[in-house]
Amino acid sequence: MTRRHIAPSAVVWLLLGAAYFFIPLLATFLFSLRQLQTGHCCTVASYTWVIHNGQFWHSLKLSVELALETIVVSLILFVPTVYWVHLKVPRLRAVLAFMALVPFVVPPIVLVVGLLNLYKGTPTWFYGQPWGFLVAAYVMLAFPYMFFSLDSGFRAIDVHTLTEASQSLGASWPRTLLTVILPNIRAAALAGSFLALAIVLGEFTIANLSQFHTFPIYLQYVNETQAYAAGAATLVSFGITWLAMLSLLFVGRKRGQRAAFLAGAR
Amino acid sequence: MAFLELQSLERDFGTVKALDGIEINLNQGEFLSLLGPSGCGKTTALRIVAGFDRPDGGRVVVDGKDVTRVSPNKRDMGMVFQAYSLFPNMTAAQNVEFGLKIRRQDRGGRHKRVEELLELVGLGHAGGRYPHQLSGGMQQRVALARALAIEPRVLLLDEPLSALDAKVRVQLREEIRRIQLELGITTLYVTHDQEEALSVSDHVAVMYRGRIEQMGAPAEMYSAPATPFVAEFIGTMNRLEGTVVDPGTGTVETGGKTITVEAARSKPRGARVLVLVRPETVDVTAANGAGANTFTGEVLTHTFLGPVTRLRISSDDASLIADMPTARAAALPPGSKVDAALPASEARLLDLSDEPLPEIAEEPDPAGP
Repeated sequence: MTRRHIAPSAVVWLLLGAAYFFIPLLATFLFSLRQLQTGHCCTVASYTWVIHNGQFWHSLKLSVELALETIVVSLILFVPTVYWVHLKVPRLRAVLAFMALVPFVVPPIVLVVGLLNLYKGTPTWFYGQPWGFLVAAYVMLAFPYMFFSLDSGFRAIDVHTLTEASQSLGASWPRTLLTVILPNIRAAALAGSFLALAIVLGEFTIANLSQFHTFPIYLQYVNETQAYAAGAATLVSFGITWLAMLSLLFVGRKRGQRAAFLAGAR
Repeated sequence: MAFLELQSLERDFGTVKALDGIEINLNQGEFLSLLGPSGCGKTTALRIVAGFDRPDGGRVVVDGKDVTRVSPNKRDMGMVFQAYSLFPNMTAAQNVEFGLKIRRQDRGGRHKRVEELLELVGLGHAGGRYPHQLSGGMQQRVALARALAIEPRVLLLDEPLSALDAKVRVQLREEIRRIQLELGITTLYVTHDQEEALSVSDHVAVMYRGRIEQMGAPAEMYSAPATPFVAEFIGTMNRLEGTVVDPGTGTVETGGKTITVEAARSKPRGARVLVLVRPETVDVTAANGAGANTFTGEVLTHTFLGPVTRLRISSDDASLIADMPTARAAALPPGSKVDAALPASEARLLDLSDEPLPEIAEEPDPAGP
């Protein structure tokens, strides 16, 4: 393969982008190495504290669980919906696209107040539990990302022909969706899932107002009480988020690709 | 009784009648082509047989059973699509295997069958490849194998060759016919390419505006078109509008000239007719004074078609197309004065209604509704 020529201006922009991304991380890292008593460098005490802190792990686990639940619920709800819209009622696509803009337009603070009122009076197992109420809210927040990812995925394949080919070979609707359509929009579903994961792991307003102790809430609490430790917690969670993304990517791959991925990683 | 019957099928798309009373009876093992320009309803008819569309009236009967309301996945019809339709996430072999898996065939039987079918379409070596690693022609071969794997009662082909190169197209259509004959499978083939339809079919049905204009054996369609549309659509025709002046002698007046057409003997005096003459029956010679049935004019263009050359001839009374052996055509270059004689016995006549003659695009758009 021939080496592609990279324009100098591209390199400059790339470096600028990298700086924009890495400088805050680096600053946080340096900050997190300071000693609690003196404020001087360098100690890993904050990291030890974070790693041995039960609440850190507890809240992080809760957030990851909520993220996974949000992803599963979103996929179950939206994959068949978007499929059906593309196949049978393409006119509704515009309506869905409009609805997908609502979570952007309505600020989370307004959304949560509305949701708290709307769901008031629902059973406690839903209203009082993060995997009930919070996930319901997060599915709405994730909707635009899921929708636009899936929508572009469905546009990239010939939904009609694939469906008809599958049907003419005797496949039912569920079978067509699972064995023919889903594997071919895998990348799109994965992209939507990443975004949902990122959103849920970082969501503060709704969790705070509905008083659930998710990871961002905990982080905020630590930040107010122990600034250096908060830096360490941020970086650890950042690393864990990246790991979560990578494993999602891994799970989303096909068996053969998975082996190749492992071989390449070695 | 026929194996596949389409009984007075009707389908409306809004105000457009896509199908207007289609009647087809096809015996087991026969190959019928639905031929027509885009928008003539041929694809709609095929989709109704496949079950992807429901007719507004009429029935589809297979082997004596009404399947009009049966969903497509219960019909046992193999279909090959115009667009590449292989499942991109599966290899060629897995694509062929798909229908067998759904029918819960055991693994050993499945693999054997997949191998047989890939062999049948000449792709025994390519089973492990993914669709994007196959050429267009190979993909359509796999699609054919996939459709045949389920041992369908009827094979449906929706312009399966229209996306392919000319050479692959000819090769593959012959192979489709070979396989069809070998398996003896009842086949419905949709195409806008008359050459394709004539070369592979037992029967051809020419469709226009949701109706079947004429149905018959390919040779019959070519030599004895029943309507002006069929005459125009199948092969090339010289069409001369005229009036019968003397049925006794078969004299027809056209464009201020009288010619003799034997078929005119059966027509009433004064009947408006269309005289149809195949270009290969027009006899062109260097101008030497008009004889009977002869138009004198000038050669406008030559179109080289291999063994024959097509001449466009313009005379005062008509413009004609004539095919002649390439070697002879060289003596009559564009600009030369020629006599073009119409054969009195081989010209055909159609009654001309008051309806205007249909316009036919040179290259019909394959993407019909």
